[in-house]
Amino acid sequence: MIAGLDPLRLTAREARRLLIEGEIAASELTKSYLDQIASVEGKVHAFIQVTADNAAKYATEIDQEAGATRGALAGLPTAIKDNMVTEGVTTTCGSKILGSYQPPYTATAVRRIWGDHIVMLGKANMDEFAMGSSTENSAFGPTHNPWDLATVPGGSSGGSAAAVAAGEALWALGSDTGGSIRQPAALCGIVGMKPTYGAVSRYGLVAFASSLDQIGPLTRSVYDCALLLRRIAGPDPFDSTSVSLPGEIELPTAERLDGVRFGIPTEYVAAGIEPGVLARFEQTVALIEELGATCVEISLPHTEYALPAYYIIAPAEASANLARFDGVRYGYRSAHADDLVSMYEATRGEGFGAEVKRRIMIGTYALSSGYYEAYYGQAQKVRTLVRRDFDTAFAQVDLIVSPTSPTVAFGLGTRTADPLAMYQSDICTIPVNLAGLPAISIPCGLAGHLPVGFQLMGPAFSENRLLSAAHALEGAIGFRSVPTFCDSRDAAIAPGGLCHQAAQEAQER
Amino acid sequence: MSEPAHEPLNEPLSDTTSAWEPVIGLEVHVELDTETKMFCGCAVSKGDPPNTHTCPVCLAHPGALPVVNERAVEYAARIALALGCTVRPRSIFHRKNYFYPDLPKAYQISQYDEPLAVAGSFDYWVAGELLTCRINRVHMEEDAAKLIHAGGDAGRIAGSEYSLVDFNRGGTPLIEIVGEPDIPSPEAAREFLHQLRNLVIGLGVSECNMEEGQIRWDANISVRPAGSGQLGTRTELKNMNSFRFLQQALEAELPRQIAVLEAGGLIEQETLHFDPETGATTPLRSKEEAHDYRYFPEPDLVPLTVAEAWVDELRRTLPELPAARVERFVAQYGLSRYDATVLAGAGDMARFYEDLVAQGIDPKLAANWVMGEYSAHLNAAGLSPGHGHVTAPRLAALLRLVADGAVSGTAAKQVFALMVEERGEALEIVARHDLAQVSDTGELKAAVAAVLAAHPAQVEQFRAGKEQLAGFFVGQVMKATQGKANPQLVSELVRAALAGREPGSDHV
Repeated sequence: MIAGLDPLRLTAREARRLLIEGEIAASELTKSYLDQIASVEGKVHAFIQVTADNAAKYATEIDQEAGATRGALAGLPTAIKDNMVTEGVTTTCGSKILGSYQPPYTATAVRRIWGDHIVMLGKANMDEFAMGSSTENSAFGPTHNPWDLATVPGGSSGGSAAAVAAGEALWALGSDTGGSIRQPAALCGIVGMKPTYGAVSRYGLVAFASSLDQIGPLTRSVYDCALLLRRIAGPDPFDSTSVSLPGEIELPTAERLDGVRFGIPTEYVAAGIEPGVLARFEQTVALIEELGATCVEISLPHTEYALPAYYIIAPAEASANLARFDGVRYGYRSAHADDLVSMYEATRGEGFGAEVKRRIMIGTYALSSGYYEAYYGQAQKVRTLVRRDFDTAFAQVDLIVSPTSPTVAFGLGTRTADPLAMYQSDICTIPVNLAGLPAISIPCGLAGHLPVGFQLMGPAFSENRLLSAAHALEGAIGFRSVPTFCDSRDAAIAPGGLCHQAAQEAQER
Repeated sequence: MSEPAHEPLNEPLSDTTSAWEPVIGLEVHVELDTETKMFCGCAVSKGDPPNTHTCPVCLAHPGALPVVNERAVEYAARIALALGCTVRPRSIFHRKNYFYPDLPKAYQISQYDEPLAVAGSFDYWVAGELLTCRINRVHMEEDAAKLIHAGGDAGRIAGSEYSLVDFNRGGTPLIEIVGEPDIPSPEAAREFLHQLRNLVIGLGVSECNMEEGQIRWDANISVRPAGSGQLGTRTELKNMNSFRFLQQALEAELPRQIAVLEAGGLIEQETLHFDPETGATTPLRSKEEAHDYRYFPEPDLVPLTVAEAWVDELRRTLPELPAARVERFVAQYGLSRYDATVLAGAGDMARFYEDLVAQGIDPKLAANWVMGEYSAHLNAAGLSPGHGHVTAPRLAALLRLVADGAVSGTAAKQVFALMVEERGEALEIVARHDLAQVSDTGELKAAVAAVLAAHPAQVEQFRAGKEQLAGFFVGQVMKATQGKANPQLVSELVRAALAGREPGSDHV
């Protein structure tokens, strides 16, 4: 490892400075990440595929490129969630049905940062078709949280979050449909942002729920988040729902929050938040006030209906979006079929995992004749009400804050048998997806040995306001802990004890 | 298909048929002749090698998204406006979900309860009578790919060994014109479709080539007691890929429904497949298998909005529509309404006719020739109006000879046939084949005398009072002169010769 280069702590901002000032070569930087992958990936399993050879080769090419012609993000090692199609690189979406799928094109967001000469390290693990909150639904095995290998990294962008937390990538792209960037960012102690719906093109993002999906960054700092977001955001002629942001994403510098009005929704804080998480949340709220902002209680009265509405709308859209995986043109096709209908049934029956099938069935039911109004129609009305809640709130406050996840990382396998308990993981993150608003999660400390996320939500297109506030708050929080790769299952005598100890040592270092 | 076919009835319709009246509605799909597909940049193509015009969007690769083709919206709006529809300022695309290998997304992007255009009407003529059919809506969607079922029975999927998919057609812009059940007979249905096709072609938005399936239709039909305002249970007919098959299928379905009702039965609402070989209809799928398309708003597209000024401009720049042209032909050329519908219905035919008239040809003479010899020639040669050797100026040259009496009507038909055959000019053919009209009284008198001499028995009968034999003698003289004789003159000479007097002495 290069002296002073710690993949667990290095930010993209610093790496970029080192590269530009010639203190480090892109090939060296990439090698340090590939080394880290080699050393911890066996424990973490953040990637479905590591493209080590390509990454090393490409980094060498960047070194040969004259400085002036290098892209804005040249040489920065990046993980890409495996639901963004990458021409020439298998894209599985965490599913057996796309297990060997070779995309003929590249997602717009990825193409943009490839154009900026980032180095892709590999395709990050995820819940199958982004359906899940733990990355346990991946057809390629679960990802482990580097803070405690016995726990989940969250999901569905759990591979992206774990890769960044574990120093296996400088940063990553993920996607967020109901919290799939923010919740794993929170559980892995990093920054994750879901931009305003339409801010980043969805072209080439394998669709889960089209009206909710957004691509966004998972990074080690708020500055890095802005740095990556400004390169992927912007309208795309290939995505009719993409839009122009009112202004360019600015790199945040704020250290104070003077005059900013924060709202704390009572409904969120009441939503079964773990005591450890709540304590960190309240400390952070106190910090906000110290930075010169005001915090008031607000109400988002339809919050309790957001989760059920989401679990109608998202599966409904998914049931149509996933219908194209029929074995006819690409992807998995069952060998156990002798006519068209049995080919469809066997291919989909064998190719999809249990959670995906569950949601396809829920969605198909919700859209079916005679039930449409009662389910899908009603859920869309709830969605409108949720959006109005936010409109009303943002007439009083500039930003809304909440815990990102009601709990810290939970144990592997502890919720897989209870889908409803799993769905509760996203209770604080889902409403902004329904409303199409931007939100960011930043680490705000540890509860026990595990990180806690703090969520800031803003009105549509308030990315700069959000990033600026998150940057000031991040500075004040001063979260310096890094994961220890401990495993609380090893601590037979005192569960979590060894991990806790390791975390404290790491923090003191 | 295990269900029995509905055989066509062998017995003629009973008298009670008149106690029932059919109610027919048509849903017509038209592929638009845009350069690119409805939701991607692939070329709309004809006859190219399979799967050469495809991309991630029209192959439904994961992550691909649709983008609406603006030109397709314009073409669809033109059709809607020509049908008098209201083009709605905001319309929405829906997903229509079903699995089939020709539908790569397993949903068709279509329009549902908020279509592009609504509430129009279409005027058409049946035997010179003007009928109106209300148009419920015009909406936009995308075409499916083309399937080829190999090694099977009649190209249907059941029993085939394997199927091939050509995605070149997949995603071609398609509009659906949904007519109300206002059509009173199978013949009227055929006319409706024929004239609707002419309208669309005239708008320049689709060639409506039938062999290539650029225009396709389904019919729904029910019967009710004549004069009843109520609608009966309908059946839907599919697979009628010619105007004739449409009429045949409806004519087969009509007595079947009447027979069921008269036997005290009920019509089952079902979809029927027409078999042109047997003339029978077969149930395509029963109600139990009926699709639930699970329509819901397409989240990948924003609502389609069109500006009022844009719609106004489209309306203003519509070409003359067939309905208006028919009325103009009646007024301007003194044609019967029936002739006007034949001549003005299709743009290219109307253009040819008006070119002819512009050459100074009498409108009625021109009408008779265009609807007669010229149309027969087009059909025989498989040409469309204005194409082929016989251009409007060439035909005008011939008709001027007819008008001047230089060529008889009968001979002119020969001249026309020779123009087609020899690719020549009328005047030169008349000279070369000696087809000029003979009006030389001396020459014709001799011919008349020869005919009378050759048929003494008939002359006897004529003089005994069987005067209708005059026509026979005229015909024989025309035959003897190879049609060149001036028929009016021959007629006079024949009557004079039989009466034993000089022609013209009893009149003028």
